[in-house]
Amino acid sequence: MNAILPNPVEVHDLTVAYQQKPVLYGVDLEVEEGSLVGIIGPNGAGKSTLIKAIMGMMKPVDGYVKVFGDKSRKALRRVGYVPQRESVDWDFPVTAMDVVLMGRFGHAGWFKRVSKRDRSFASECLEQMNMLPYANRQIGNLSGGQQQRVFLARALAQQSDLYLMDEPFEGVDAITEKAIVNLLKNLRNQGKTLMVVHHDLSTAKDYFDHLALLNLRLVAYGETEEVFTHDLLQRTYGGRLTVLSEIGGRKLKEKQPPSEGL
Amino acid sequence: MFLPIWKKLKYTLLILVLSREASVLKAAQISSTTEQDWVNQAIRFWTFTDSSIQIIAVGAILIGINCGLMGGYVVSRRLSMFGDTLSHAVLPGIAVGFMISQSKNEAALMLGATLSGFLGVSIIALLKRHTKMKEDSAMGLVLSGFYALGICLITYLQQSPNGGMSGLESYLFGSLVGLSTGDLLPLCICLSLIIVCFVLLNKELLLSGFDPSFARSVGLPVDILQYCIWLLLAFCIVSSLQVIGVVLVSALLIIPAATAGLLTYKMSRLLVYSGIIGAFSGIAGCFLSFMGERLPAGPVIVLCSTLLFLTVLFFSPTRGILPSWLRTRKRGQRIRCENTLKACYQVLEECSFSKQSFSQTSLARRRRKSAAETEREIEALIRQGYATRQESPTEQKSELPSETMVSLTPSGWEIATRMIRNHRLWELYLTKEASYAPDHVHDDAEKIEHIIGEKTVRQIERILDNPQRDPHGKLIPSQDDIDRGWLSPTLVVDK
Repeated sequence: MNAILPNPVEVHDLTVAYQQKPVLYGVDLEVEEGSLVGIIGPNGAGKSTLIKAIMGMMKPVDGYVKVFGDKSRKALRRVGYVPQRESVDWDFPVTAMDVVLMGRFGHAGWFKRVSKRDRSFASECLEQMNMLPYANRQIGNLSGGQQQRVFLARALAQQSDLYLMDEPFEGVDAITEKAIVNLLKNLRNQGKTLMVVHHDLSTAKDYFDHLALLNLRLVAYGETEEVFTHDLLQRTYGGRLTVLSEIGGRKLKEKQPPSEGL
Repeated sequence: MFLPIWKKLKYTLLILVLSREASVLKAAQISSTTEQDWVNQAIRFWTFTDSSIQIIAVGAILIGINCGLMGGYVVSRRLSMFGDTLSHAVLPGIAVGFMISQSKNEAALMLGATLSGFLGVSIIALLKRHTKMKEDSAMGLVLSGFYALGICLITYLQQSPNGGMSGLESYLFGSLVGLSTGDLLPLCICLSLIIVCFVLLNKELLLSGFDPSFARSVGLPVDILQYCIWLLLAFCIVSSLQVIGVVLVSALLIIPAATAGLLTYKMSRLLVYSGIIGAFSGIAGCFLSFMGERLPAGPVIVLCSTLLFLTVLFFSPTRGILPSWLRTRKRGQRIRCENTLKACYQVLEECSFSKQSFSQTSLARRRRKSAAETEREIEALIRQGYATRQESPTEQKSELPSETMVSLTPSGWEIATRMIRNHRLWELYLTKEASYAPDHVHDDAEKIEHIIGEKTVRQIERILDNPQRDPHGKLIPSQDDIDRGWLSPTLVVDK
């Protein structure tokens, strides 16, 4: 918690466009170390985009992102990412263990094989998510909740300082949801920073100590008690900023930014 | 001689005719030594004495392995359609390569094929990015467009005066005849590239295939890896073309890998199996094509791999159709048997276990089945050693045929009692713990009794504190009763 150390995430005047339509517009955000941040907002508010922009997977049109004070992608080694469950082909021939081992790939380096230490560490991570008995199952044969646990075990295996999670609570059963919440809080208590995309307002208040209210713009960011107010939520969920979206799009079209792959 | 046909027929038919002509040529080439019968031919093939046969066999195996290994990635990354498109898109390149070099120069043909393949792939990417076209229609368009162009060009070349250039059509359906030692070199290079790539980049390819966004997040250049795969794929296809042909090379990419996918769900094993299956199809198809002189190599090799696929689909021990059908049938038989035994118990119970045997008709009445059906069921029990049958020692005065009496053997008794115990315990459990109405529990218990297992039964017994009577007031046999092998009548009528 040294004041000299840079914050894990610093987002400055960030504008991100998808097919020449802005999804995030002029977002400023600074997250301090050891925060458990919930990113909430209506559908299409740019929640996942914010995460992807921080990960450097989407190039900003304007502004920048610093991760641990570093604009280049070098610091991304310290970041663990849990993508949305739908982003993956669940029929791919891998076992739960293989998936968790993927969390170690960033440490292993190119061309190298995973070591025995990596393997035993991966089993520990599976064990922590109560998934060790399923280690050799094909990943598609697991239930939705179990798949999510495997994803989180992989994130644990990354041993990151900052975690970015995209809807980890989507489509999981109550027990898994509880397990995930415990995991998040444990990680936070170890001094890690977490940013979690979440869409369930009723639980957001209990799960997170910070909230980022997002709807194209960052409506508010701060400690949960301060931000979780009727007024601010109204502004977040009360309709989209249609004019801003329209005009922003026109501006971008004139600029003709290099089109983003995918 | 082609001109009248050209005017009358469409492309496809033309190709058929062309290949017929070609195979006559082929036959002429091989049959110089073939006045022998097929046994000698087979011996000649499998002893590999002929250097031409050696080359053919090695080539077919190499192609099988190459396509099998590449196929593992193509199929698991859902690029099957892509592989098909790429293989068709190379055809015009071959024709153009030939036009420019004016010979069957390997390097020129390969270069042309690769360039044309990449042109096709780029067109797909462009169409996808800049139009509303979906990927599958874009692939369909490129596939058929390039293929049609290729056929036209090749047909044109075929008729040109410079025409001793037969052999070009082997790029359509494949042929083993023209294979020379020089053709093996690209195949070897391709195989070593694939192996080096897969071994070194094993985990990178696995990760970028399974979860590209996560792969990007740990800093893997997913797109570059994707291009590597494409490049390898293009090389693999181009080097296999002469033997397999444009039309079917994608089948050899897909089928061995799909077969391996039925056998395992680990990527490394899938690749190994797929390679082996590919090699086997290669050599088997090569042999058959050699035996039946007029058979083009590509289709035969593909047929062999399809046959392997079907074999695995039907007979693979864990998930094969036949073994699982047999398992289901066996389970059905067991359940029928257990139901009969249960009915036997109930018949004995009706007379409070005062007798050790019962008549076949009383069982039929209990089961509400015809005498013939009951007869069959009893026979099934006797076959498995669960029951014995004897003619009743009759007072033979009556006109009626003598009654057949049945009694259970100890093992039959054990199963019967166990089923009754499972059934009644489950009924009691449902009424007491899951608050079912007593008249709703029977049907459920009918199914559960066969699958519940001893461990759960013990657990239920503990939960219910070793109960004596089921919800309908009937006795629940205990483990002791099963061990003792008989229920004493006094116990049953008790109360």
